[in-house]
Amino acid sequence: MELSGLLSYAIYFGTMISIYGLLTLALNVQWGYTGTLNIGVAAFFAVGAYSSAIITGPQAGGYLGGFGLPLFAGFLVAALVCAILALGVGLLTLNLRTDYLAIATIGIAEIIRLVLKNEAWLTNGVRGMGDIPRPFKGWAEGADDLLFFIFAAALLLATYLFCEKIYNSPWGRTQRAIRENETAARAMGKDVLSFRLQAFVIGSAIMGLSGALYAHFTGFISPEAFDPLFATFLVWVMLIAGGSGNNRGAVLGAAVIWAIWSGSEIIISRLPETMITQAGSFRLLLVGILLEVILLTRPEGILPERLDMGGK
Amino acid sequence: MLLEVLQLVIYGLVLGSVIALGAIGVSLTFGILGFANFSHGDLMTFGAYCAFLFYSQLALPFWLAFPLALLATALLAIVFDQLIYRRLRSKDSVILLISSFGIALILRALIQIIWGPDNQVYASGIQMPYRFFDGSLRLKPDQLIILATTIVLMVALHLFLQKSKTGKAMRATADNPELARLTGINTEQVIIWTWVLGGSLAAAAGIFLGLDTRLHSGMGWFLLLPIFAAAILGGIGHPYGAIVGGLIIGVVQEVSTLFIEPNYKPAIAFSVMVAMLIFKPTGLFGQKKT
Repeated sequence: MELSGLLSYAIYFGTMISIYGLLTLALNVQWGYTGTLNIGVAAFFAVGAYSSAIITGPQAGGYLGGFGLPLFAGFLVAALVCAILALGVGLLTLNLRTDYLAIATIGIAEIIRLVLKNEAWLTNGVRGMGDIPRPFKGWAEGADDLLFFIFAAALLLATYLFCEKIYNSPWGRTQRAIRENETAARAMGKDVLSFRLQAFVIGSAIMGLSGALYAHFTGFISPEAFDPLFATFLVWVMLIAGGSGNNRGAVLGAAVIWAIWSGSEIIISRLPETMITQAGSFRLLLVGILLEVILLTRPEGILPERLDMGGK
Repeated sequence: MLLEVLQLVIYGLVLGSVIALGAIGVSLTFGILGFANFSHGDLMTFGAYCAFLFYSQLALPFWLAFPLALLATALLAIVFDQLIYRRLRSKDSVILLISSFGIALILRALIQIIWGPDNQVYASGIQMPYRFFDGSLRLKPDQLIILATTIVLMVALHLFLQKSKTGKAMRATADNPELARLTGINTEQVIIWTWVLGGSLAAAAGIFLGLDTRLHSGMGWFLLLPIFAAAILGGIGHPYGAIVGGLIIGVVQEVSTLFIEPNYKPAIAFSVMVAMLIFKPTGLFGQKKT
């Protein structure tokens, strides 16, 4: 009993790390590669989750659904919708200075949050969407969680390999050139806006995949699940802690910070009764302090980017 | 219909006062320290709760609780600056931005831990609004206080910026930090004064917001977007622009409820901001930097 409990916790833990790992990899493509400051991660995560839920979910009264398409279509649509959204947003904002862009992405995230909350015909509003199909149900007795974890881990691995591949390509080198010195990159004849846009779209599509994975993992989504705290801030802390620019660091950061985050839940669950209602606040405090400590002591992260300065 | 619009304009000016007070601080820190301070909204919340502590919990008179809250918030802003931002000044401005993000989290968490997660009000009970035109135009006494105090604060700010040496140095630094340093202005001192000004005005904004609505730990954060919009609209580093920008955003947000669902009010501020960024990124009053 003890062992199976531990095992099922490990599977849950691994699945969550896969979901967050996808988000950090995606953010790394945007921030780590190109230096595009996206503080609206939650928006793309949510749009991915809702897209897949609508496409694959059953008909339920009052909101969009009932297409009942297979799982892979859900993931495909999630990535596609996020890519299109990113294209629109990017065309509008990517020409801005980095700090203005940050403000703009927050604004977009805010508008998407308002839409999710208020457009009940689309998303069932604050009541959220349930009955999102869980894949692998009934494939093997009692092992569907394990199968889902394997699927999530495979998706993470595939995304990691993809991100590594583009990082090491001429495309990736151009992105780094733009990050380090935009003017010089432009002088070399690179279309900076187009490259930025490509990285932004790719990253956002991966965020959409992560959202779809999350929706099918939990089976229920509501606007609350996409609170910026969990879906934006935590991802940023993960990426900076792990080492932005480095894909392995991104995934490692996701694992380490998620371990600390879950660990804090265990500590906080032992707090005296009177403080239990504040548990969320203590965790918020912890993330904030953690971020400051990392920025002050090791801003390059656990696994810093290894810059290959030409010549082997 | 005309009175209805006028009523919304008045509400817009009240909200705009809050936004303008917040935007001055954002605009100055942006101009002088060179980064978008994402903790400014939570600084407002902190100020509002400080006033709650002094006024509602310790039962000090309001005229004393108000400046004390301003002072406490300014001090806190300086503490954060010396503890964290100062050590990151040599780094890229984006690092400062991300760290201000962390400070926003820390502040909000502390407020929730100290004052609890529930909504609070300064004083319970219903205020009878002043009525004009057979009651079709209303103004609560609190709203009148907000408008009057905002005017006083802005006149004080104007005198400080125009007449005092520090104020002049501050405007020069906001305009061109490097040039200001070369002319021998002590920029570290200017930075301290920036936080004094930004922090205390943020506290005033938070207190007014709490007076007009309620206090809760996310009150400032949710106003951050219109505040940034106002600062950008007025041109970064221009405190007077921030005031005008704040009033415009406040009025536009309120009047927009005639045409769109009130739930989408924040989206209006954002649309104004994006349009501004695309067509005139230097703001209404900014000149193009060469």
